[in-house]
Amino acid sequence: MQEQIAAVPELTPPSRASAAAGTNWLRGHLREYGLLLSLVAIMAFFQVMTDGTLMQPLNLTNLVLQNSYIVIMALGMLLVIVAGHIDLSVGSVSGFVGALAAVLMVSWGWHYVPATLLCLATGAAIGAAQGMWVAFFRIPSFIVTLAGMLVFKGLALALLQGQSVGPFPETFQRLSSGFIADPLGGDSLRLTSLLLGVAAAVIMVVLKVRGRAAQVKHGMQTEPLAVFALTQSVFATVIVYFAWLLSSYKGLPNVLIVMAVLILGYDFITRRSTIGRRIYALGGNEKAARLSGINTERLSFYTFVNMGVLSALAGLVFAARLNTATPKAGLGFELDVIAACFIGGASASGGVGKVLGAVIGAFVMGVMNNGMSILGVGIDYQQVIKGLVLLAAVVVDVYNKNK
Amino acid sequence: MAEAILEMRGIGKTFPGVQALADVNLAVNRGEIHGVVGENGAGKSTLMKVLSGVYPYPEYSGQIIFQGQERRFKSIPDSEKLGIIIIHQELALVPLLSIAENIFLGNEPARFGIIDWNRAFTRTREVLAKVGLDESPATRVTDLGVGKQQLVEIAKALAKEVKLLILDEPTASLNETDSDALLELLQELKSQGISCILISHKLNEVAKVADSITVLRDGSTIETLDCHEAPASESRMIRAMVGREMAERFPPRIPKIGEVVFEVDDWRAHHPIHQDREVIKGVSLVVRRGEILGIAGLMGAGRTEFAMSLFGGSWGRNIRGRVRLHGRDINVSSVAHAVEAGLAYVTEDRKALGLVMGEEVRRNVTLANLGAVATRGVIDNGREYAVAGEYRSRMHIRCASVFQPVVNLSGGNQQKVVLSKWLFADPEVLILDEPTRGIDVGAKYEIYSLINSLADQGKCIIMISSEMPELLGMCDRIAVMNNGRFAAEFACGEATQEKIMQAIVRDQLH
Repeated sequence: MQEQIAAVPELTPPSRASAAAGTNWLRGHLREYGLLLSLVAIMAFFQVMTDGTLMQPLNLTNLVLQNSYIVIMALGMLLVIVAGHIDLSVGSVSGFVGALAAVLMVSWGWHYVPATLLCLATGAAIGAAQGMWVAFFRIPSFIVTLAGMLVFKGLALALLQGQSVGPFPETFQRLSSGFIADPLGGDSLRLTSLLLGVAAAVIMVVLKVRGRAAQVKHGMQTEPLAVFALTQSVFATVIVYFAWLLSSYKGLPNVLIVMAVLILGYDFITRRSTIGRRIYALGGNEKAARLSGINTERLSFYTFVNMGVLSALAGLVFAARLNTATPKAGLGFELDVIAACFIGGASASGGVGKVLGAVIGAFVMGVMNNGMSILGVGIDYQQVIKGLVLLAAVVVDVYNKNK
Repeated sequence: MAEAILEMRGIGKTFPGVQALADVNLAVNRGEIHGVVGENGAGKSTLMKVLSGVYPYPEYSGQIIFQGQERRFKSIPDSEKLGIIIIHQELALVPLLSIAENIFLGNEPARFGIIDWNRAFTRTREVLAKVGLDESPATRVTDLGVGKQQLVEIAKALAKEVKLLILDEPTASLNETDSDALLELLQELKSQGISCILISHKLNEVAKVADSITVLRDGSTIETLDCHEAPASESRMIRAMVGREMAERFPPRIPKIGEVVFEVDDWRAHHPIHQDREVIKGVSLVVRRGEILGIAGLMGAGRTEFAMSLFGGSWGRNIRGRVRLHGRDINVSSVAHAVEAGLAYVTEDRKALGLVMGEEVRRNVTLANLGAVATRGVIDNGREYAVAGEYRSRMHIRCASVFQPVVNLSGGNQQKVVLSKWLFADPEVLILDEPTRGIDVGAKYEIYSLINSLADQGKCIIMISSEMPELLGMCDRIAVMNNGRFAAEFACGEATQEKIMQAIVRDQLH
């Protein structure tokens, strides 16, 4: 193997390689980082416009809390979109599950553990019911989930009998409004949170360095060392900085931990697992995937089951955050979730999209919501601007691809 | 009488890497039926696309002279305006619209965008009467049989004041009565002064109605027969169609054929939509270790359908029959089972069915056998890269790196990626469906060499091809498929292009 790889022609003479390689590499991968850079630009813009309010620890914490349920659903939606489908029902499903949680815990006085488990199972069942029609009966997902959207919106209303139900037990509220424990103490700074942030940054760097070493060992082309070192140190610094900001308020929110674990998990599944690979193949060319021995029906089905579970989780997080289940919960969430995926570079025709892209897309929407609210932009023009940003992001993406 | 309505002079057309038309000359006289015959891939359809403006001027070379003037069609409406109308093998009707709506689709009698349905219906009745179709203009096309739909297509052409009617395989999906009626109609139209180009594989039909016949081969006109001087015989046409030089286009191989490995017994399958139609009507075959079995036949003979129904029921319904490998029955009820049992099917349509076009070479190569580069469901990127690199060098896939999306590769290299994918799945029986379609000569030779080496490794190879020289040059045995069953089988030594062609066109009346 090694010999062949050595035979791969080197395009640049070695003498000038290191200098030229960096810029060449950057040009090729600019699109990958373009999205991240846009998020940075948007944050910088609002940071300036709001006189620094955006990045204040309190607001940053709110930003995380406000967007957690969108991010959680965007993870599932990304898989659904990559598989070539769409799920319009996620908002209604999350609202319905929130209502179910309220009925179980508030009206019936269930303990939060069995209630949560039953809610997640309900989400799975809802996903399975919709996925069955899409995958096995070949009903277009747009229609199945449009129906689901109506059905579960109605069921939530019926379950709550048109009223808000709350408050939730305090233990359950902590899912959204709690922060991780701080055994290490600290007066103005939550040390445990800060250390966790530092640990996360260190682990990330270690994993990246090891990954790079493995790539080099197999002779894969890697990014130039200088670029690698630069990006890693920037990312590590950003993580530590954000951890420090959050630690100077109440520490890392519980839901951030949940979110982080899910993001890492789904990122790994999409990039490294056979299941993830097969979902991309299914969305890229369903017929070719089927003729390669992939059970495309079952795979589509499971992406919907997964979506159902994540919608349920998002519904719990949202209910816990509001501390009450309202008939209006979940209204319009599906639009933010789908927009996050498309801003993040997913293709409406399937086969293309990244988990981290969808997460960044969700935060692009989130930062804009938050920033515009601080600036006092009315809900009317907020929607106009968000709509235009979605269109612009996809237009730029499509334009780049066609070039 | 011998005034030409259409002359095509020295027509050539190149696609990237393939010369579809080299030098075609075709002259059609006013008021005659002109047959055009040739093998699959001889260039008939491409020629008609040039004529109708699908491939606009100046994407082709040569001259088109219609009604005494040189024409340069830029689009289909350009040619239709002059009365050149083509009816394709796959009918271009909208099934859920009525006959009248179909006939005037895009050409509606309207004032200020408001359709005059009274006029449309009256005109429809007139043209339907001309083609002898006794149906209400309001009948939906989907409620008609294929034969009647064909007549609607012709009526549509008549409504457009057709001068030159081109029919591409009009009788391919018709039964004998409908075919005869259609041919009679053509002669009727001829007496009204409408010229007609008839493209068909059914040589007996062409011989019956054509006034002259042009034979195409490899994108060139071979000869034009005048049927008034001497009736055209089928054997004469066949000789002209296939009589090409067999140069050194195939790598040498000494077959090492062993025991029977793969057996299919009485394989039957029904059409997935028209479930009462049996398409594969009891096919049986055996392939021995290290043997290459060729399957010849026309498009629509059922070869691809047979292969795909065998490969995990990927085509058809109500599939029955037995498959044995090394004498043991194997389960091929799903693609995953078939792959596991040791089958692989390399599709004829690599873009639609073979590759995930937007994905990298690396990912396409491992797709059918992901488990081999993964541990407990987690893909080992390094191992995958190594595998992809190995196939890249072994198959001479020319790509910048294995991270290149396959959409950017040439047809030949894409085909090598599809082959790599299936070789990595390590099959015992490899079904190759048109393995060299749309590939240039150099890449063909590489793929032939590869097929030979696979046979030498003891694999069983079934090769479906519409290119007869390829079958003759590569296969140890050739079976001829005709209308869903094997009509003949030839050993390597005794097969000739003429014999195969005769077996292919025989029985076409049933």
